Amino acid sequence: MTRIPTRTHVTTTVNGDPVDFLADPRETLLDCLRDKLGLTGAKEGCGTGDCGACSVQLDGRLVCSCLVLGVEAEGREVKTIEGMAEGNDLHPLQAKFIEHAALQCGICTPGILVATEALLKKNPDPSEEEVRYWLAGNLCRCTGYDKIIRAVLATARDLREGV
Amino acid sequence: MNYHTPASFADASRIAAEATGTTRFLAGGTDVLVQLRADIVTPDDLIDIKHIPGVKAITRNADGSWTLGVAVAGAEMTEHAELMADWPGIVEGMDLIGSTQVQGRATLVGNLCNGSPAADSVPGMIAAGATVTVTGPDGSREVAVEDVPAGPGRTTLARGEVVSAVNIPARGENGGDAYLRFIPRTEMDIAVVGCAVNLTRDGDTITDARVSLGAVAPTVLLVKEAAKALIGTTLDDAALEALAEAASAACNPIDDKRGTIEFRTHVAGVLAKRAAGIAYARAGGEK
Ligand code: FES
Ligand code: FES
Repeated sequence: MTRIPTRTHVTTTVNGDPVDFLADPRETLLDCLRDKLGLTGAKEGCGTGDCGACSVQLDGRLVCSCLVLGVEAEGREVKTIEGMAEGNDLHPLQAKFIEHAALQCGICTPGILVATEALLKKNPDPSEEEVRYWLAGNLCRCTGYDKIIRAVLATARDLREGV
Repeated sequence: MNYHTPASFADASRIAAEATGTTRFLAGGTDVLVQLRADIVTPDDLIDIKHIPGVKAITRNADGSWTLGVAVAGAEMTEHAELMADWPGIVEGMDLIGSTQVQGRATLVGNLCNGSPAADSVPGMIAAGATVTVTGPDGSREVAVEDVPAGPGRTTLARGEVVSAVNIPARGENGGDAYLRFIPRTEMDIAVVGCAVNLTRDGDTITDARVSLGAVAPTVLLVKEAAKALIGTTLDDAALEALAEAASAACNPIDDKRGTIEFRTHVAGVLAKRAAGIAYARAGGEK
């Protein structure tokens, strides 16, 4: 006998907007964001918590959305890369990543931007070493990381100096 | 897969006890979801314990001891200055696990119940003399952390039992702890050897100690002989040599691509000496 998968109605907040969807309890938050809500900014690089391409904030805490179930988002607040720019105005990190050419294929970029935004909120003046450790769980196969680190440090400096 | 969100540990335990198929408890999910994804374990019943009151609390009790909720994430521990000041060894062990993202979710209890001999947070808890409260169908019991792992991927908990709190003793005066691990890179790796030392000083003399080793046997070990080598000494060279010898003698490691038996056995002694040095300095008031 085939078991009909039970679906759970999930009500949550994504980038400030109330949303709801039906989820099989086995589906990850990443799958729900991408396939049910059309928010394809978070990427799946590995699905097992190793690459960070799926990074989002859950109640203000940086997590891998591939390691969160969609049903766990019930009543919580999710923030994704789609919530980073204000309309057409890029977040300073996004602008600086373009300026520094801190991306090539771009697959890792949403996760790295979400992760660095969380870092700068916690620590507005990180050292290079702190940035590298913070981003140790965000893999990039293209850039060699250096431009990413430079872009983060430059953004942090601008934000501190109120540029 | 049925997804449950019980409101109490008694309910969580009852659901697990009555379940007929595969059951998993869900806290941080950093092991459960990986196993789900890899088709290693697909639970019939997944019991999310994060809706139970208190699971996110870090509490210092009136007697100075600590009670940690089972869903407290690593990042919440590192951000807790008082916990960090009392038990830096426990916190630094937890903090070594995974990336920033993993730290946002991973828990002490998940690390313990996943049953890996290389679990980075477990030696620190064992050295501290921490216990866990286990809730089962017949009520609760308190179990020493070293009595939880039974072998790689296995625990001594019975069906229907769930860990409902972590209890860490009062730090007391003139105590310090430390955890060190060896990995071939600088970050994001699994311990080849891990060692935690917790000790108390009276002046320069060590009056009490506990030593725990990870990744050198089928379970994380409490090494009483290594502690004996420290107690009564001022951590002089002879004590350090005796400590290293006792630590190496306790090893029963595997040979694999990350470390040979010989290497792990040797490094256990080296890490024990270094961790003891840090714990001793911390017990003496150094940050
Ligand atoms: S897809 Fe989540 S960490 Fe790689
Ligand atoms: S830009 Fe291609 S993976 Fe980072």
